[in-house]
Amino acid sequence: MPNIPADLKYTKTHEWVRVEGDVATSGITDFAQQELSDIVYVEVTTLNATVKCEDPIGTIEAVKAVTDYYAAVSGEVIEANESLKDEAQKCNQDPYGKGWIVKIRLSDPSELDGLLDAAAYTDLVARSEHH
Amino acid sequence: MAKKTPFYDKHVAAGGKMVEFAGYELPVQFRGIIPEHRRVRSTVGVFDVSHMGRLEVSDGEAEPWLNHLTTNDVTALATNQAQYSVLCYPDGGIIDDLVVYRLADRFLLVVNGANSTRDFAWLRQHASPGVKLENVTEETAQLAVQGPKAEAVLARLSSVDLSAIAFYWSLEGEIAGVPALISRTGYTGEDGFELYFARENAAEVWDALFEAGRAEEIEPIGLGARDTLRMEMKYALYGNDIDQTTNPLEAGLGFVVKLDKPEGFVGDNALRRVNEERPRRRLVCLEMDGAGIPRPHHEIYAGAEKVGAVTSGTMSPSLNKGIALAYVARRHAKADSALEMDIRGRRLPATVVRPPFYKQGSRK
Repeated sequence: MPNIPADLKYTKTHEWVRVEGDVATSGITDFAQQELSDIVYVEVTTLNATVKCEDPIGTIEAVKAVTDYYAAVSGEVIEANESLKDEAQKCNQDPYGKGWIVKIRLSDPSELDGLLDAAAYTDLVARSEHH
Repeated sequence: MAKKTPFYDKHVAAGGKMVEFAGYELPVQFRGIIPEHRRVRSTVGVFDVSHMGRLEVSDGEAEPWLNHLTTNDVTALATNQAQYSVLCYPDGGIIDDLVVYRLADRFLLVVNGANSTRDFAWLRQHASPGVKLENVTEETAQLAVQGPKAEAVLARLSSVDLSAIAFYWSLEGEIAGVPALISRTGYTGEDGFELYFARENAAEVWDALFEAGRAEEIEPIGLGARDTLRMEMKYALYGNDIDQTTNPLEAGLGFVVKLDKPEGFVGDNALRRVNEERPRRRLVCLEMDGAGIPRPHHEIYAGAEKVGAVTSGTMSPSLNKGIALAYVARRHAKADSALEMDIRGRRLPATVVRPPFYKQGSRK
């Protein structure tokens, strides 16, 4: 079973969110990095842009596959993790820490209530693993 | 329901992420594609390739019969020698690519797992009184032991002198006391061997290999790294780079098409015509100049003109850049041609390079 920290919020598209003040840091979950494996390239195409929740805001390339990365919340993309340019594998090694992908300044904090908690996300992953 | 190879339990025990491939449950990866790829390039890895189809052909007319159905020259094979070859339809389209072994009393054909049923049906359709055909896939196992240390590790288990087996030759001997056909062949660009033996001996050969290769940090390797390793060598993969809509000449397999065989072969007239008119397109190696990872079906442009499409693409773990195999119009297929790859709507520069991408392989 992948690691699913209890103190984070999650999306159905396998992003995690950690909120501090009005800033949400997000990345991909341990389940997502296991599924993708061997991440070699992370690109955020929306730095400094205002994005809506569920918008594609970048791409993640693994050796075998490419996937869109979605905004977990609405707001302004104030920072992208520069260190992933050279070390995208941090998303595999430390998805909830050094592998964070973007920081978004929340425009609508009430959206957070619509995200999954760890228990709901655990159910989602369990269903995905059993197809 | 997918079948299991005789190594299924070993893969699961080793943490393999299992997927269905060619009708079998096989590991796509264990530790990760990149570390597994590097393991094979640096020391030695073991691939379960038991899903490949293994067909035996014997009796008096076997040689001329095979020579008629395959593009390469079977008469040139000495006993224990192997050759890469192609099965074609009369129109020159590729049914499958394969390895043909001439053994003391029979030929062994090793074909793609996903095609083995169709291949076997095709061969059956051409059945001939002096030829016996037997599908031995399910009663045999096949492992590939690949990497610069493959010979050193296997020598600890082998009853025969491996240094006496040249590239694309084989010997019948024993591995860990188990009777096996041992050939110096592979799909990685590294030195290495493939082993064929009875299915019931699978576990003991597997265990002996991993014990013998401990100092070299031998590891099981999944389908993911098998694919990145072969792509770095421009080895074609059936279903991606070659299929019944492609011919072996445009695919760069002209070296195994012997148009001058006196008795001819299935597809020869069509291929002679392609040869005279020259292929309109060629399978080439493309390297990205900068960022971007090509994927199958990405389109290739020269200015505004679409000149080709990717058939296989990946991040190359050895070169650390995006690479692709692609069919490109002949006039753009020369090495150093500067082209553009359409990667999800963005045109990124790519250059045609001479094969293989990876030139430091230990293959003998």
